[in-house]
Amino acid sequence: MIVRILGEGQLDVAEGSLDELNTLDAEVQQAIEGREEERFAAALTVLLERVRALGKQLPDDALVPSDFVLPGPDASLDEVRELLSDEGLIPG
Amino acid sequence: MSIMKRLSLVFRAKANRALDKAEDPRETLDYSYQRQLEMLQKVRRGVADVATSRKRLELQMSGLRQQSDKLEDQGRQALAAGREDLAREALTRRSGVQQQMADLQTQFASLQAEEEKLTLASQRLQVKVESFRTRKETIKATYTAAEAQTKIGEAFSGISEEMGDVGLAVQRAEDKTQAMQARAGAIDELLASGALDDASGTAKDDITAELERMSSDSQVEVEMARLRGELGAAEPRGQLEGGQPGAADQQATREQARPEERK
Repeated sequence: MIVRILGEGQLDVAEGSLDELNTLDAEVQQAIEGREEERFAAALTVLLERVRALGKQLPDDALVPSDFVLPGPDASLDEVRELLSDEGLIPG
Repeated sequence: MSIMKRLSLVFRAKANRALDKAEDPRETLDYSYQRQLEMLQKVRRGVADVATSRKRLELQMSGLRQQSDKLEDQGRQALAAGREDLAREALTRRSGVQQQMADLQTQFASLQAEEEKLTLASQRLQVKVESFRTRKETIKATYTAAEAQTKIGEAFSGISEEMGDVGLAVQRAEDKTQAMQARAGAIDELLASGALDDASGTAKDDITAELERMSSDSQVEVEMARLRGELGAAEPRGQLEGGQPGAADQQATREQARPEERK
């Protein structure tokens, strides 16, 4: 499966890792719902580190959409909320 | 649904909307390619803007560094002249300047990281745009409109997602440089107003003025002593010739009166 980390590019991650990533993702989601900034930053860092460790960088000329998209490491909780709530925000 | 899935759908939806609008998908390819070239321009401008801001910060940091050195010098001079109060004032200001420097250093590091990220994003996008162009020409040459529809889907979604990502990165960088330019402007004003004194040394701050006053005071004392010395040597003759004793120095008058009487 293809995972994009915003600002960093796309990685190919083995399907078998999905459960693990979903668990980490759930923590991020709860932090967002509870509007807990610190918990969100910590959970996101863990999730991103795991994805980077498991994934293999796609070549630059690859033109494939991602199965999953993750915010970059310095994204704030509000930015992610905005991205999720308003599709018009994404330029390009 | 997981955050990462929802985010991917947000990007996907955008690509699908663009694709649905097109009558002939082959035209969509050309239109999209134009948009990609524009985005490439935009991200390159973004890199240049961030670099400009970074250079401005560099200049300000070197200005503040000079300021800090100068204040330390002033502190040393003041202490040597026995003016502990003035030395303390200089060092207090120096610690303020150093705080500003530390602050700028943090901003500088953040801008540098932003610049690197954008540079990589621009390189990545360039390769993808080129790859898209090749794919587009192949599709246009090989397939009818109906066939092309199914063929371009993935490439189009792929590049559209990349454009969205790069677009967000450019926006973030713009926000950051704008916020930084506002702060940089404030520091420029501070440096120019003399509150922090100008690094060029054109504006004179009050510590410099006080030190110069002290130094000119002591210069005056030296001159006074010199003049007194000269007068001390010349006085007897001077007073002799003048003949009018000054009321200020009675003793001298009396002493000078005597030789006159003897005459």
